Amino acid sequence: MADSDGKQADCINHATDDKIHEVARSKNEGKELTKEEKQRLRKEKKQQKKNKKDEKGPPEKEKEKPAAPAPSKPVTQSPSHKAAPVTVNASVPEPPAAAEKSAKTKAEMKAERRARQDLERASKQGKKEGGQTSSSKPKASPSELQPVVKRLPEHIQVDDPAALKKLAKKLERQQVPLRSDYGYKVSLFSHLHQYSRKAPPTQQISIPATVIHPSIVRLGLQYSQGIIAGSNARSVALLHAFKQVIQDYSTPPNEELSRDLVNKLSPYISFLSQCRPLSASMGNAIKYIKKEISNIPSQCKEEEAKQKLQLCIDNYINEKITLASQAISKCAIEKISNGDVILVYGCSSLVNHILCEAFEKQRKFRVIVVDSRPRLEGREALRRLVKRGIQCTYVLISALSYILPEVSKVFLGAHALLANGYVMSRVGTSQIALVAKAYNVPVLVCCETYKFCERVQTDSFVSNELDDPDDLIVTRNGKTHLKDWQTVKSLGLLNLVYDVTPPDFVDLVITDLGMIPCTSVPVVLRVKNVDQ
Amino acid sequence: MPGGDKETDLSERIEAFLAELKRCGSGTGSLRGSAETARETTALLRRITAQARWSSAGELMEIIRKEGRRMTAAQPSETTVGNMVRRVLKIIREEYARSRGSSEETDQQESLHKLLTSGGSSEDNFRQHFAHLKANVIEAINELLTELEGTTDNISMQALEHIHSNEVIMTIGCSRTVEAFLKDAARKRKFHVIVAECAPFCQGHEIATSLSKEDIETTVIPDAAIFAVMSRVNKVIIGTQTVLANGGLRAVNGTHTLALAAKHHSTPLVVCAPMFKLSPQFPNEEDTFHKFVSPHEVLPFSEGEILSKVNAHCPVFDYVPPELITLFISNIGGNAPSYIYRLMSELYHPEDHEQ
Repeated sequence: MADSDGKQADCINHATDDKIHEVARSKNEGKELTKEEKQRLRKEKKQQKKNKKDEKGPPEKEKEKPAAPAPSKPVTQSPSHKAAPVTVNASVPEPPAAAEKSAKTKAEMKAERRARQDLERASKQGKKEGGQTSSSKPKASPSELQPVVKRLPEHIQVDDPAALKKLAKKLERQQVPLRSDYGYKVSLFSHLHQYSRKAPPTQQISIPATVIHPSIVRLGLQYSQGIIAGSNARSVALLHAFKQVIQDYSTPPNEELSRDLVNKLSPYISFLSQCRPLSASMGNAIKYIKKEISNIPSQCKEEEAKQKLQLCIDNYINEKITLASQAISKCAIEKISNGDVILVYGCSSLVNHILCEAFEKQRKFRVIVVDSRPRLEGREALRRLVKRGIQCTYVLISALSYILPEVSKVFLGAHALLANGYVMSRVGTSQIALVAKAYNVPVLVCCETYKFCERVQTDSFVSNELDDPDDLIVTRNGKTHLKDWQTVKSLGLLNLVYDVTPPDFVDLVITDLGMIPCTSVPVVLRVKNVDQ
Repeated sequence: MPGGDKETDLSERIEAFLAELKRCGSGTGSLRGSAETARETTALLRRITAQARWSSAGELMEIIRKEGRRMTAAQPSETTVGNMVRRVLKIIREEYARSRGSSEETDQQESLHKLLTSGGSSEDNFRQHFAHLKANVIEAINELLTELEGTTDNISMQALEHIHSNEVIMTIGCSRTVEAFLKDAARKRKFHVIVAECAPFCQGHEIATSLSKEDIETTVIPDAAIFAVMSRVNKVIIGTQTVLANGGLRAVNGTHTLALAAKHHSTPLVVCAPMFKLSPQFPNEEDTFHKFVSPHEVLPFSEGEILSKVNAHCPVFDYVPPELITLFISNIGGNAPSYIYRLMSELYHPEDHEQ
């Protein structure tokens, strides 16, 4: 995944740097169309940065420097590489002669860094243009620390008016309706969106929708109303919808399927993220699909290409979700012994699957399901387990300290595993892990590898999702205290969806690659990148 | 006979009080605050002292003990009733001792020296009859009543010492003491309050609306988000149902999680509890510690077919160990949890501890 991320970033770097290579870039233009604005912004930023750098220290040395260290590195494409110093020269806007020749070491370091960037850029471009010859290069480049320029996701920049304007323009161009925030937002979370379930974005789309495929519209509505919930379910639904889209897709004349289809997918993805912010698993699935589409050779016939893509999607679902859950179940069942009392929280499809499998294999255990307002997802898990005949107990999360002395193990599901070892999961998971730690009960997290993501986060504030605040309102004994919370100006309701659990509360993570400690997540990510 | 009328009147009142205790306890949460219960108990005890037939302190204590047992049996979780009874018993002992003229510096606690020197047991000492004992006892009980009425104000007056401006304070459930505390501080300082609604009864909603009407920035969060937002909280201020003899708490469910989260983030946990909530019980009586209410709060009957196959629990109280508590604020000032045992010896006589 880091590979494609880096590839994207490097494409952008390449494009922003380079006016000569515009012609070559136009071949890939189809892919980058939607990011044009961001590219332009980036271009300007780079110009400004370079202006500043030229004033400070002389990068004029880089004219000679790239040529010198470059041959020392094993390079397979010389023509594209020779182009690199040219691009670098063209990219320096002001004549370096204006700058002093002082601070050699700084300039040297900058030049070396730039040379490395050029090299990687060249190798990536060569890979796109050539194909097979660069097979050795990509293996080498991920082993170096790539200076990846990450762009901030839009959904955590709600308090920035410039970002909001950009988003509005982008959505207008894609003809996707913009969803407005609802209700008073707690000041700590003013950087996040807060939508109301009563105003789904589908209301603003005219029927029939010409830009957005109807199965995507349906999917968006199901997401925003909470009909489809849970990261596995959402990813699978997304992939099925994309299969439908690919089925109905027909290449317009003078366009290539590999570029045009990706363009078509972008407004759908914007629309879906307006309905509900994308989960980490969905993000990974989308990256995979985009990569598969762009890897389709241009001489492939349309029918063949479509079938190939459908097969890819099916394989992905099968491998990453279905088979992975079977592998995880096999590992996890070893950890369940007879007489265990297992605590689960909310409704995780994976954990439910594990428990049902263990019950089939004649393990004797009983389950305690912990639930929390306002979603009350535990009731769904309770229904599924009781249907299988497993003996269950049900409590709310405030009764956790009462019930925990009886518990022998805690099984938790995860929404994503972050690169610094934190577990992002449904709100309340961190509390369960905390109290379990206080009572010395082992906590096991079950998570498939396709949910691993490279983000890092230390608290639940910077990146989260705010659900409809009206869900917290409840009527008891005929009295609804919070009925008019909107009218009281100092009252806010906070309905968080996710929280992050620190790795020292988690004892073991069970993945389809085996049982690993929480801190080994970046290792798994690295291994996956090298494979791709 | 006027005495007979008074007696029937008295027993009627006692019966009415017992019935009310039983009823409110089985309802959802406390329909009346602990302060009111304490006040009514004390008033009833004063009436018993005034109207019942007794000739010596010992008889009075017997009567009060008997009634006290009945009252605590009606609602075991409402410990203020038992606390007030013990206070009154201590008052009677003190008044008796004062009437006898014996010095009051004698240490109340059991000690080997005391066992050796005090030959006879103190039991038969209470047989003496003093004319003014009744009046003294009633006067002392009146003092106790005035003290009870002033507890909330006393605690709120200390609010400004503990809350500075721009703080984020977290609380859970609905405690009248904490509400008054925060409102008092809000008159002079600006701060934010985060209230954890306390499922399934959601008392937090009430306190949130009440605080926000006083222009305090309030946020309501579900219980599951307690740990998630704890990193931004500066102080946790909670009320409690009972303060136990070891300095621990019996508080509304969810408080233990809150205390653990506060400990993890090293956030001070302050408990606002008036002195009448201090009870000489210890938390090791497992069978009497917890109180449960109908599980349909947790899993309503509408869930139908799975109800019969599932155990649902709905405990009302949580035990919070004293290591997690930083400070007790009561009407006599601020104290550390390790000092609670000392306060107990001032309020209650050790012989009254087991009722």
